[in-house]
Amino acid sequence: MMNTGVSTVMKLRTMGRHFREGSKSVWRNGWMTVSSVGAVTTTLLLVGVFLALMLNLNQITQEVEKDVEIKVLLDRTLQDDQDINRVEKELKSISDVRSVKFSSKEKELEQLIESMGDEGKAFELFDQSNPLKDAFVVKPSDPTETIAVADKIKSIKGVSEVNYGEEIVQRLLQFNEYARTIGLALIIALVFTAIFLISNTIKITIIARKKEIGIMKLVGATNGFIRWPFFIEGMLLGVLGAIIPITAVVSGYYYLYYKLRDKIQFEFIQLLPFDPFAWQLSLLILGIGVFIGIWGSVMSVRKFLKV
Amino acid sequence: MIEMQSVYKTYPNGVTALNGIDVHIAQGEFVYVVGPSGAGKSTFTRLMFREEKPTKGTVLVNNINLSKLKERKIPKLRRQIGVVYQDFRLLPKLSVYENIAFALEVIEESQKNIRKRVMDVLDQVRLKNKARFIPDELSGGEQQRVSIARAIVNYPKLLIADEPTGNLDPETSWEIMSILEEINASGTTVVMATHSKDIVDKMRKRVIAIEDGLVARDEHRGEYGYEA
Repeated sequence: MMNTGVSTVMKLRTMGRHFREGSKSVWRNGWMTVSSVGAVTTTLLLVGVFLALMLNLNQITQEVEKDVEIKVLLDRTLQDDQDINRVEKELKSISDVRSVKFSSKEKELEQLIESMGDEGKAFELFDQSNPLKDAFVVKPSDPTETIAVADKIKSIKGVSEVNYGEEIVQRLLQFNEYARTIGLALIIALVFTAIFLISNTIKITIIARKKEIGIMKLVGATNGFIRWPFFIEGMLLGVLGAIIPITAVVSGYYYLYYKLRDKIQFEFIQLLPFDPFAWQLSLLILGIGVFIGIWGSVMSVRKFLKV
Repeated sequence: MIEMQSVYKTYPNGVTALNGIDVHIAQGEFVYVVGPSGAGKSTFTRLMFREEKPTKGTVLVNNINLSKLKERKIPKLRRQIGVVYQDFRLLPKLSVYENIAFALEVIEESQKNIRKRVMDVLDQVRLKNKARFIPDELSGGEQQRVSIARAIVNYPKLLIADEPTGNLDPETSWEIMSILEEINASGTTVVMATHSKDIVDKMRKRVIAIEDGLVARDEHRGEYGYEA
């Protein structure tokens, strides 16, 4: 008598069988496979390009945001260390302030001279009677709070002037908002495209397999046993669908990063380095592909396991 | 083997298929189920492998109470019962070998044991040379033999056949019947719903006639009893 018990732990050879069946099914389904893979490919291509764009945009924004700083110039009447320490303490007590750095007027002059290059030499004369003021350089923890932080600083006693490049901050905030809105719209559009393409393919698959699943159950297959090869098949479809997008994104990024970088010179635009970004992105695309594939199969099979 | 006590079956659409059935079938019997179309034959056989659930009454198969059987225990029951249909119900994309092996794969048999057992049953239904064919490449009689092979590969104590010769010509039907007889001779209970007067009258086994959802007749060495 053979074993007729329902064992709860799947044997390794059964897993192997599910893998064989899953991959056979990919091959046997012919055009159905081509159409599923096509749907996944289209989706991943869009997702890949979009991800590369968004992650770089994010990187650029972060770089720019890091540079946002508020320069707090102090009254010349503030002479002793005690007064300066008091201002520093008050600055630090403001919420949303990440760092406060003191910069003496001597240092300010040094920086000014340096930034002017050869012409700066003329200012060396001021070494004797420095017309500049002592300053604090304040960095906000959240760049979008820059204006609010600057306003609070203005009310501190002993502060004569607050500079933070109002225009740049304003534009950065606006750019951030645009990027977020466009990004969100793109995400929604992509998700809907993917859902539409995949659910369509899956629907056809369901109809084709309804009878097969019924037969398998008649022979005594458990739901799990029926489900597994579909998981594997979905996963393989996802992997196949990821090949073209990964190739396209990696080579496209390679071109952009190494070839175009030399031609277009924007100092403030720094793309994420090809290595490891391209590989991380590839892994992400592969992961999304596998997820889409498995998700599609699970949805289609679940509906018909109630038979 | 099979015990039915005042079994009623009404479908959700209001059609009453069985109207109080009492039947006892012993281990090793060969039983024909006959009756007009739509009288409840199919429902009667489908109750035995929990394809349908009785609305009222008790169905015991191999001492398992099918009315109380939990959904997740159904696969285990199906592995103890072989089922053969008029339309064969083979998996169209799998070869003959794979179709039969499937019933053993679900109980996680080793490939070595599967190969041996599948070749044995293929020999039994005389299809050893067609193992690599897919169902579409076979004749109706051959396809039915594959489905019988699949039904008995698990050594079931009960084989249920729902008009197994319904799609076959007379000569092929006799081939199928001789295989079913062999299976019965080895100790397996066989329950076969049929419309074939020819077969029932020649083989002279127990006949259960179902009319209007009731057992109209239950005779040993019975006859078909209707016009062909």
